Amino acid sequence: MELLVASAIGLMTAAAVYLILQQRTFPIVVGLTLLSYAVNIFLFSAGRLIANKPPIISDADAYTDPLPQALVLTAIVISFGMTALIVVLALRGFLETATDTADLPEDELLRDTEADR
Amino acid sequence: MLLALATLTPFFGALVPLLADRLGRNLCAIATGAVTLTALLLVLSQAPSVYSGDVLTWSVPWLPALGLSFSFFLDGLGLFFAGLILGIGLLIILYARYYLSSKDSLGVFYFYLLMFQGAMVGIVLSDNILLLIVFWELTSLTSFLLIGYWNHLPESRQGARMALVVTGSGGLALIAGMLILGHIAGSYEITEILQRGEAVRSSPLFLPALLLVLVGAFTKSAQFPFHFWLPHAMAAPTPVSAYLHSATMVKAGLFLMARLWPVFSPADAWFLIVAPAGLITMLIGAWIALFRDDLKALLAFSTVSHLGLTTMLLGLATPLAAVAAIFHILNHATFKCALFMSAGIVDHEAGTRDIRRLGGLLTLMPITATLAFIASASMAGIPFFNGFLSKEMMLEEAAHTVYAGHEWIFPALATLAALISAAYSYCFAISTFLGPVRGDYPHKPHDPPFGMWLPVAILAALVVVIGLFPALTAGPIVEQTASAVVGGTLPKYHLAIWHGFTPALLLSAIALAGGAVLFICYGYANQLRLVFAGMDAKSVYDAGISGIVRGARAFIVATHNGSFPRYAGVTLLTILAVGVAAFFHAPHEAGTRTVIPGAFPASAAWIVLATLCISLLFWHQNRLLSLVLTSGVGLIASLFFLQFSAPDLALTQISVDIVTTILLLLALNLVPQTSPAETSTGGRFSRGLLASAVGLGVGLLAYGIMTRDFQTISDYYLAEAKPGGGGTNVVNVILVDFRGFDTFGEIIVLGIAAITIFALLDNALRGAAARTLATIRDRVESKNAHPMMLVIATRVLFPLALVVATFIFLRGHNEPGGGFIAGLIVAIALIMQYIASGYGWAAERTRLDSQILIGAGVLIAGLTGVVSLTFGWPFLTSTYTHVHLPLLGDFELASAMSFDLGVFLAVIGVVMLSLAQISRVEARAEPEAVPEGPMDVPLKDGRVVGSNDGES
Repeated sequence: MELLVASAIGLMTAAAVYLILQQRTFPIVVGLTLLSYAVNIFLFSAGRLIANKPPIISDADAYTDPLPQALVLTAIVISFGMTALIVVLALRGFLETATDTADLPEDELLRDTEADR
Repeated sequence: MLLALATLTPFFGALVPLLADRLGRNLCAIATGAVTLTALLLVLSQAPSVYSGDVLTWSVPWLPALGLSFSFFLDGLGLFFAGLILGIGLLIILYARYYLSSKDSLGVFYFYLLMFQGAMVGIVLSDNILLLIVFWELTSLTSFLLIGYWNHLPESRQGARMALVVTGSGGLALIAGMLILGHIAGSYEITEILQRGEAVRSSPLFLPALLLVLVGAFTKSAQFPFHFWLPHAMAAPTPVSAYLHSATMVKAGLFLMARLWPVFSPADAWFLIVAPAGLITMLIGAWIALFRDDLKALLAFSTVSHLGLTTMLLGLATPLAAVAAIFHILNHATFKCALFMSAGIVDHEAGTRDIRRLGGLLTLMPITATLAFIASASMAGIPFFNGFLSKEMMLEEAAHTVYAGHEWIFPALATLAALISAAYSYCFAISTFLGPVRGDYPHKPHDPPFGMWLPVAILAALVVVIGLFPALTAGPIVEQTASAVVGGTLPKYHLAIWHGFTPALLLSAIALAGGAVLFICYGYANQLRLVFAGMDAKSVYDAGISGIVRGARAFIVATHNGSFPRYAGVTLLTILAVGVAAFFHAPHEAGTRTVIPGAFPASAAWIVLATLCISLLFWHQNRLLSLVLTSGVGLIASLFFLQFSAPDLALTQISVDIVTTILLLLALNLVPQTSPAETSTGGRFSRGLLASAVGLGVGLLAYGIMTRDFQTISDYYLAEAKPGGGGTNVVNVILVDFRGFDTFGEIIVLGIAAITIFALLDNALRGAAARTLATIRDRVESKNAHPMMLVIATRVLFPLALVVATFIFLRGHNEPGGGFIAGLIVAIALIMQYIASGYGWAAERTRLDSQILIGAGVLIAGLTGVVSLTFGWPFLTSTYTHVHLPLLGDFELASAMSFDLGVFLAVIGVVMLSLAQISRVEARAEPEAVPEGPMDVPLKDGRVVGSNDGES
C-alpha cells in the first residue's frame, strides 16, 4: 500500500511539475493545484498510513497521529487561498496585456534593467 | 548619560526643523541652531573635567554576545572633534539660512544636516568600534542625501552616488578591519584596545586589520588613490561642501587614524604606508587644484592636499608630528571653511564661480574680499596667519624624515607641495578679487547680508587670533588633544611664530617665494600639466563602474531572461541537486516498518489516478479538460484521506475541491480556452525529464518516510483533547485550541488573500483590462435561460445545505466537522445559487457583505482570545461547560466554539469574495443580460419578463 501511495505522490508531482513548466498561466495554475494535492498527501503520509483509527477519542485502543492531519487541514484551505490569488493575478494580467504568457516580454525586460541609468 | 544625550540630541532634534519649516526661514534656522547649540553645550560642559585629565565613559550593553555596546567616552580628542563638528555646524546653519534660495526646502536641508551632525558626533564619541561603524555608515548615508540635495541636477546625483560608492565600499573594508581588530584585541571597546597595542601588533592578523582600516580611513578622507570622489561631491550646495568637506566628514578618516594611533603607529607598516600615501595625496591634490578654474573645485582639491598633509603627519608616527597634525586639523577647519563660504558668497552674488569670468571684486564686495584674503593667506602659509604655524611644523617634521634611506624625499616633496599650495592660494585670492573691474558678471556683485558673512568673519577672526597668539589660544586645546592621540605625555614643544632660523623656516620661505614664481609662470606650468592630462582617477573609476554595470547587465540578461519556466526549472534543478547530494552523502537502506498489504479498491484508485495524471500530460492544452482531470485527482485525494483515518481531511478536501474547480471554471471563462502548443520536442523532452526526476525524488522520499517507524509528538494532544480541550475530535481541538494561534494567523492570511483579490479585480472594468473584456464580449455566448431543474434544485437545497452546515459546525468539536468545513459548505451552497440563477439574481439577494464577514470572523476569533486575557489567562486559552437544553439534550459549550465561529465566518467571506469578484467581472463581459429566472421568457425585442418575481 505504501508503494502505491508513494508512487501516486510521485506521479502527481511529476505531472504538476510538467504543467508548472509550461509557458501559459492557466496550466501553471492547474499545475499548482495538482502540486498542492501531492504535497498535502505527502505531508499527511509523514504521519504514516493507518487505516480505520481516526483521531476521535472513543473506546479504541489506538489512534492515528492527529498532528499531520491538523497541519494538512489548514494547508488545504490555505492552498485554496493561494490558488484563488494566483488565478486572479493571472486573470488580471491577461486582461491588462491581452496575453496569458508567464514570460516577461523582451522590451519589458530591457526597460527594467536600464531603469537605474 | 550626558555623552549619549549629546550624540542623540541632533538625531532627535532633526525633527525640529521639519516641524519648524512652516514657521518661516528665520525661526527654522533658529530652532535648528538651538538643537546644535544644546548638543555643543552638553559637550562643552564636560570640558573642565576632561581638561583636568579625566576620561568620561558611559555604557549600556546592546548585543553583548556580539561585543556591541552602546558605549561612549570623552577624552581630549573626542572633545576637540565634537567641538569642531558642533561649533562649525552652528556657523553652517546660519550661513545656509542665507545661502539656500526660497525654492529650496530649508527644513529638509536642516533635517539632513542634523542627522549628519549626529552621526559625526557619534563617530568621535563612540567607545565601541562596532557602534563607531554604525555611525560611520550613517555619515555615508546622510552625506549622500546632503550632496544630492539638489537632486534635480544630474551632476549632483552623480557626485552623491560616487561619494556613496567610494565611502560605502571603504566602510565595508572598515567593518572587516574593525572586526579583525576587535577579535585580536579581545575587546571591541576602544579604551580597552588602546591598552592592548602590544598584543594587537604581535598578532599575525595585524597587517590585514591595519590595511582594511586604512582603506576605510583613506576613502573617507579622500586619500590617494581614492581622492577623486571629493571634487565631484562639490555639486552639493556650498554649505554642505563647507561643512562636510572642510570640517567634518573628510576628517572622520583622520580622526580614526588619530584615534587608533597608539595601536597602529609603532608598527613599521604604518609609517611605510601612511606617510607616503599622505605625501602623494598632498602633492597630487595641490597640483590639480592649481589648474582648476572653478573656485569650489580648486578648494576641493586643495582640501584633498591638506588632508594628505595631515595624513602624512599622522603617518610619521612621532608625537610632535601628531601635535602638528592636530594643530593643522584645527587650522584647516577654520580657513578652509571660511574659504568655502567665501566661494559660495561669490557664486551667490556674482552668479559664477569660474575664475576666468571673475576678477576685480575687491571694490564691489570689500568685506568678502578682505575675509577671503585672510583665509587664503592662511592657506598659502603666510606668517601671522594660523596656516603658517602648522605648515611650518609640518615642514620641520618632514625635514627630519628619512624614508627608505633617502633623506631628501620627504623634505623636497613636502616643500614642493607647500609651494604649489601657496601658488593656488594666490590664484584663488588674486584672480578673483584683484585686477580690473569687469562689466560682464552674470549678476551685479555686492556684499551679502550680515548673517551670511558673519560666519566667515568669525572664522577669519579665529585665523588671525590663532595666527598671532598660538600658544595662548590654541595651545591648551592642541596639547590636550595631542596627548589624547599619543596616549601619554608629549615631548616639550611650543607653538610660536618665531623659532629662530630653522630648516623649516627656510623651506617655508622657499615655498612662499616659489609659489609666487609659479603663479606668475602659470602659463608654462599649465603646459606641463597637459603632459599629464591623460591621468585622471575619475576616468578609471568610471571605467570600473561601467565595467561592473556591463558585467551585471550581461549576467542579468543571461540568467533573468524573463522566462518563468526557466526560473522554475532552475529552482527545481537546484532542489533536486541538493536532494541527490544529500541522498548520496548519507547512509540509506530499506525501511523496516511493516507495510499495509495492498487491496483491490486501492489499486483501482491508483490506476484511475495514474490515468488522470498521464492524460493531463497529453491533453493539458484543452484547458477545460485539464480542469476536469485535476478535480478528478482531488476526488481521489479525498478518498485517500477517508481511507486512512482522516475524515476531517476528506470533508475539507472535497469541499475545497468543489470550490477550487468552480473558481478555475469562472476564470477559464475569461481567458483563452486552449493553450497553444509552443514548445519544441526538445523543450517537451527536457521538461518531461525534469518533471520525472522531481516526481521520482518526491515519491522515493515519501516511500522512505512511510516505511520507517517514528516517534510521534502527538500523545499529549491525544491525552489532553478531552480533559483539557473538552472535545473528542482531536484534529479540531488542535486547530481551535492547542494551535489556535496558528489558525488565527491562517484566517488572517486568507482574509488578506481575499482582499488582494478584491483589489486586483475591483478596478478591472476600466483601462486596458476593460478593452480586453470588450473583445471577449464579442465571442459567441450562450443566451439560453438558466436551466430550470438546476435553479429549482439549488433553491430547494439551499436551506438544507445551511442545516447541514450548522450540524457540521456544531458537532465539529467532537465528531468530524468544524468551522472550516461548515464555512466551505455554506459557501458552496451560496455559489450554487450564483451558478444556477446568475450573478445578478444572486448578488441582489445577498444581504451579507463578504468583506464584513471576513472582518467579523477575524474579530470574533480574536475577541475569543482577548476574553481569556481578561481572565488573566494566556491569549486564546479555552474553557468549556455542559449545558442542558430541553428537548435537545446535553450540549457542550466550549469557548473554542466561538473561535471556530470566527473561522467559519472568515472562510465564507473569503470564498464568496473571491468568487463573486470574478463573477462580477464576468457579468460585465456578457454581451447582454442573461435571462434571469428559470421561467423567464425572452421577448422579441430582447427584454425579458421574469415570471417568478415580476422583475424585468
